[in-house]
Amino acid sequence: MLNAWEVASIVAVVAGVVGFFTVMRGSAFAAHAIPNGAFAGASGATLIGASTLLGLGVFALFGALAIGLLGRRGRQDVATALALVMMLGLGALFLSFSDQYAPAVYSLLFGEVLGISSNEIVPTAVLGVVCIAAIAAIYRPLMLSSVLPEVGEAHGIGRFRMEMLFLIILALATAMTVPVVGTLLIFSLMVGAPAAARSFTDRPLLAMALSVAFALAIVWIAIAASYETNYPVGFYVGTASAVAYTIGRLWAWWRNKTPADRTPMRPSQLPTAR
Amino acid sequence: MTSAPAESSPPVLDVRDVDVRLSGRTILDRVSFSIGAGEFTGLIGSNGAGKTTLFRVILGLQPTNAGDVLVEGRPRTKRGQPIGFVPQKFLLDPDLPLRARDLVGLGLDAQRLGAPRPSRARHALVDEMLEAVDARRFADTRVGRLSGGEQQRILIAHALIARPRLLLLDEPLANLDLRSAHEVVELLARITREQDIAVLISAHEINPLLGVMDRVVYLAEGRAATGTTDEVVRADVLSNLYGHHVDVLNVHGRVLIVAGAGEDTDLAGHEVAFPTSEIKRESAP
Amino acid sequence: MSFVLGAIFAPGFFTSEPVHIALAIGAVAAIVTGTVGVFTVARGQSFAGEAFGDIGTTGGSGAFLIGVGPLWGFVIGNLLAAGAMEAIGIQRARGRDLATGVVLGASIGLAALFLYLATTEQSTTGATVTILFGSVFTIASSTIPLVLALSAVVLGLMFTLYRPLLLATVSPEMAAARGIPVRLVGALYLVALALGAALAAITIGSLLGTALLVGPAASALRLTKRPLLAMATAAGIGIAAMWLGVVLAYDSYEWPPVGHGWPVSFFVVTIVFIGYLASGLPGRRRGGRDQTPAAATPAPRLPAGD
Repeated sequence: MLNAWEVASIVAVVAGVVGFFTVMRGSAFAAHAIPNGAFAGASGATLIGASTLLGLGVFALFGALAIGLLGRRGRQDVATALALVMMLGLGALFLSFSDQYAPAVYSLLFGEVLGISSNEIVPTAVLGVVCIAAIAAIYRPLMLSSVLPEVGEAHGIGRFRMEMLFLIILALATAMTVPVVGTLLIFSLMVGAPAAARSFTDRPLLAMALSVAFALAIVWIAIAASYETNYPVGFYVGTASAVAYTIGRLWAWWRNKTPADRTPMRPSQLPTAR
Repeated sequence: MTSAPAESSPPVLDVRDVDVRLSGRTILDRVSFSIGAGEFTGLIGSNGAGKTTLFRVILGLQPTNAGDVLVEGRPRTKRGQPIGFVPQKFLLDPDLPLRARDLVGLGLDAQRLGAPRPSRARHALVDEMLEAVDARRFADTRVGRLSGGEQQRILIAHALIARPRLLLLDEPLANLDLRSAHEVVELLARITREQDIAVLISAHEINPLLGVMDRVVYLAEGRAATGTTDEVVRADVLSNLYGHHVDVLNVHGRVLIVAGAGEDTDLAGHEVAFPTSEIKRESAP
Repeated sequence: MSFVLGAIFAPGFFTSEPVHIALAIGAVAAIVTGTVGVFTVARGQSFAGEAFGDIGTTGGSGAFLIGVGPLWGFVIGNLLAAGAMEAIGIQRARGRDLATGVVLGASIGLAALFLYLATTEQSTTGATVTILFGSVFTIASSTIPLVLALSAVVLGLMFTLYRPLLLATVSPEMAAARGIPVRLVGALYLVALALGAALAAITIGSLLGTALLVGPAASALRLTKRPLLAMATAAGIGIAAMWLGVVLAYDSYEWPPVGHGWPVSFFVVTIVFIGYLASGLPGRRRGGRDQTPAAATPAPRLPAGD
């Protein structure tokens, strides 16, 4: 149980931080696509008896690289959509070879309280630290490139380079989150928490911190509830993320109704000479 | 209004015989011009004339087939001297958790690793910049909630805070109403003078910039004509540039560029007058 | 000749009743999804197809839990979702925005709960796999009447709506000008899509069902621009994929690991994917670039007039 709490906390922090940029960059596609590939990887790893984390990581990275290299075209192609579904089919195939077909499918898709075995705690923690350190390092260029890519390029911040770096970080974050939350619920966690956070503050760093706080709350509630009721973690994650998001939306809506908070749309004054 | 470029120091921007060819088309054909400090220059050309390409060349994002670009006398490198840049289109999500002052602050050090350490000096610098573009009022508002004109001021502040010697703006007036356009032009002219920087602003309509520009670079058919407004915006120069007859009319201080009468077969024998400086060819090449 | 047949079809193929059912239902599902799918791709509503996959998962597992067949769950869940989409106005492909993603996530979470309860409280261990990845070999013959009824409804809808839907897809304004109730047509079409997705779900599972909806249709649209021909082609491709999938899945009982059999849905999805890639070849050979506005969002259009 101690394993679950520690690791889940790391997972939540990473999800909050990486999710913040996922929402900012509108990377909904990647956030759905990479877990599908990860599913196939984890299944394959189970089949050959390798570490699940390794399978997750390798396939997630491949997926991230593919998405990054295919660029805009790949994102909207039917071929990509079909390829992603094929990844799910492939994962089902691998798992069908084992006699743990249904339970394995279930825990990979929907997560598990004790998802991370004790011998994978350390690698997961390391992955988490790497993700957070990477985001901390490229925080500024990533911010600018995400918001105003052309201006970023004028600063010498390569847009493609930032996209690839971010996708790789997203892949690593996915790999460590899947065992706890499941591939189908990662999107909820990574999007619900930061989307809620941005309703509460205008400042980027504060929004990121809130995103982490919400993610921690969601994951802790999910694990505790799951432990108590035996219901799947994924159920609680999905519900809690939706609740968090709704609260955020309601707060934003309520605040926008208050006139004092509205952005004054007065015509700007002519600049005065200094 | 007109200031003689400083002859002793190298021009801030020196574009020399730049050729750019993409997918078999010549976008830029031996384009040459230079801009000195404190000069407000307009880059005029219709849509598709190559203005954005030229900007990308100057920023070092677009390789040339020939020619080079010197910024302050040295070739442009990606991480070299800062060049302020305000892009043409930017879509800011209204929910983006980024205040105006945060975006301006990023202009100081976006390429550095790590998170910005809060410091009084940094804060003061951001405030000063916001003041210079008259944006103090909405400094703490989310950038995505500001109007188009307000967002543009913030982007200008962002571009200027690193004290570049050169500021490029890609069609900043395109989506602004007349009053905001006028304000932006006044703001930029003032900044050019006060901070002694070189400003290059592209537009497809010349009239908002008349009377404020020191020099004009007129881009058509991939070629450029440079000089003062009086030197460039003339029938003979523009006809030469476009490759067919063009008339220039002065109407109450505004300029009308009109495709020629009679011998112009490119326009299928029609006489067409456009109230802007933009010329559209009826038959695509 | 019999040697070749014996090599392709594992023994007992032609006499096995589950196989007969699988082939029949698979073909019916392929016809329905091919027909509906062409419009889905043309209207750029592929996302709606995927959303039905998620909601279908919830519906199917819920039905499974209360002891009703998953098909009912798929149908009712999808119809409710279609109603919600219509109410919110998702007809004009809004795409994946945050709100829909979070809502779908919550519904998937609910599905997780249903499946858990089904597995533990009813000791049906295969629930997850059956719902998510399909089980065309284990479809009860009692389901067949419902399948046929649903197919008849969908095909009937598509036949009735064909011309107004075509015009509304090409240009909603033109359709409105002609007095066509564009919103109603779109809503009815969404119902057809919901039912088609349900049929896809019972054959290859709710998670993979979109492949059958979108894949053959997108391939067909690459090969021809004429709507009726595209629908026929899509149905043909779907049938081919389903039948080939059934054959391979049946044969695979003798492949390693022996006695297990590979999942049908895996074969079907892979064949559909390969088919899509192959459908791009004629275009390349002709020297032209990929001709498909229809294969890429946003809102690709069918040509007016057939």
